[in-house]
Amino acid sequence: MKAPVLIFGWGNPSRGDDAVGPLLVERIDALNFPGVECLTDFQLQVEHALDLKGRQRVLFIDASVDAASPFTVTPLIPGKDASFTSHAMSPQAILHAFAQLEGHPPPPSWLLAIRGESFELGEPLSSSVELHLKAAQTWVESWLAA
Amino acid sequence: MSFKLETAVYPEKLKRVAIEPVSRVEGHGKVTILLDENDQVHQVRLHIVEFRGFEKFIQGRPYWEVPVMVQRLCGICPVSHHLAASKALDMIIGAKLTPTAEKLRRLMHAGQMLQSHALHFFHLSSPDLMFGFGSDAAQRNVVGIISAFPEVAKKGVLLRKYGQEVIRHTAGKRVHGTGSVPGGVNKSLTVDERDQLLKDIYQMVAWSREAVQIIRGLFEKNLEEYNAFGRFPANSMSLVRADGAMDLYHGGLRARDAAGKVIFDHHNYEHYWEVISEDVKPWSYMKFPFMKAFGPDDGWYRVGPLARVSNCDFIPTPLADKAREEFLAFDAGRAAGATLGYHWARMIEMLHAAETIKDLLHDEDILGTDLMAKGERVQRGVGVIEAPRGTLIHHYRVNEDDQVIRANLIVSTTHNNQPMNEAIRQVAKQYLNGKKLTEGLLNHIEVAIRCFDPCLSCATHALGQMPLEVSLIDAKGGCLDRMVKNQQAASLTD
Repeated sequence: MKAPVLIFGWGNPSRGDDAVGPLLVERIDALNFPGVECLTDFQLQVEHALDLKGRQRVLFIDASVDAASPFTVTPLIPGKDASFTSHAMSPQAILHAFAQLEGHPPPPSWLLAIRGESFELGEPLSSSVELHLKAAQTWVESWLAA
Repeated sequence: MSFKLETAVYPEKLKRVAIEPVSRVEGHGKVTILLDENDQVHQVRLHIVEFRGFEKFIQGRPYWEVPVMVQRLCGICPVSHHLAASKALDMIIGAKLTPTAEKLRRLMHAGQMLQSHALHFFHLSSPDLMFGFGSDAAQRNVVGIISAFPEVAKKGVLLRKYGQEVIRHTAGKRVHGTGSVPGGVNKSLTVDERDQLLKDIYQMVAWSREAVQIIRGLFEKNLEEYNAFGRFPANSMSLVRADGAMDLYHGGLRARDAAGKVIFDHHNYEHYWEVISEDVKPWSYMKFPFMKAFGPDDGWYRVGPLARVSNCDFIPTPLADKAREEFLAFDAGRAAGATLGYHWARMIEMLHAAETIKDLLHDEDILGTDLMAKGERVQRGVGVIEAPRGTLIHHYRVNEDDQVIRANLIVSTTHNNQPMNEAIRQVAKQYLNGKKLTEGLLNHIEVAIRCFDPCLSCATHALGQMPLEVSLIDAKGGCLDRMVKNQQAASLTD
């Protein structure tokens, strides 16, 4: 039996602020919310569509250079991914792939985009992004409690 | 092996076409095509920003952390780095692996090969191949494949998922696994895990066979176009087993020239620098490896599926070996020399990986618990494996305090640097005329790059940036045309 809520964060833990998605997911996982599964990966890929099966709602979490500080939350709708030769997909494309593969709409999903600043190999999280991370964690906890 | 297009005599009289991904999403690739006053292709260069900073990232760390840390260099093939580093560090601690440890690592590696090749064929390249190179970009993507060929797409997803389950059971985790350590592995395979994997493996073998037939059918349907597309003669290099068999995990280095003549064979990779070296060019951050026997101008070589399948004497699993024989014999051997032959060879390797997983799951050693070995400590270690994209070299020096003091990595995409340049040159000569940028035109170049499945990504990304920018600039620096592609829109032109 799959947990009804999925929290999926992605990014490279060793590339500065790119780590913020997986870091937040780890923190949420440590709180042991009932009915919540937490998953992370380096990048979103097509097989992650299978992780959406049997869920009631899904929260995707990633670093963003475009999001307003400290974070933005956007409801997701399935959409085609036209990126070229991509080894990574957008969450919208994952939802679209789910709908095509499973033959029914994906579960309601949101994207939590946390503002990041620096993405260099071996760098720690930026000090400002530490604050973004804390603010985002508060929001996720309230989202899970709702 | 011509470099006629590399250096223009009068670059100031040329126009420039630049295909430039500007996002971290795709890493840092850029194609520059200089056109002459008659709009003919005169000079072509592929720029890829190579891994940088990895030495600093690794230096100073205790050696036992390295197999885990190096997975973070690349989100595309972390298992390959995990295993290559482990092999180098086996050498440093003088360990000869137990049979169970080696077989578990081979199982992990086959899982990685299966999932990587499935992703590349079904979701990165099949849109080009099944819809056509110049087809509508809005359709020519993984989502388009799922819509138009749902069964094919579903098999691709499930093949990839299965490969990742193999990795999870052998590496301990879905990502950032820790299964392989200097001297062996730290996790055995349980009977339940073995049985879970056995349940689906026959289906994976069957689907892999179907995939070989799909690419063969595409070659048959588009014979002349596929054989001619981006075609060029090249040396090749890969690991082979002592008996000449394909071996993706361990072996000696073998190289052949474009005519198939062996240049060196069973060379001990612990001394790889005796046979290969790296050249630098002022216009590229990425190095240009070459075989010392031929020098930098003529000694470049290709690695990866096409090199491996044609370089070995046989494949040690029956279905893949039969597929190899058919591939080499197809159209009097012409497919085996075609750049698009990479896709066919890749599917033969996927079949080999599936058969290897099946065989290993039936091997009693795979459930063993004798996992670790050690020996006499030395200060230098070299580990080489055949990663999905080609030969991967890890080379470390460790001091008496167990800290890494030097690291050198030669990744598959670097070996394939010059072959990718050459493929683009051929395609550009064939398809570009410099007057107009079109989606289909640009995709021909992308298709050529994609054959090599280059690892342009560095496993970092940020939402909202644009992955592709294309500019056409005249000899005076004026922008004649510009195209931008991003994740939300197939193409925007201004």
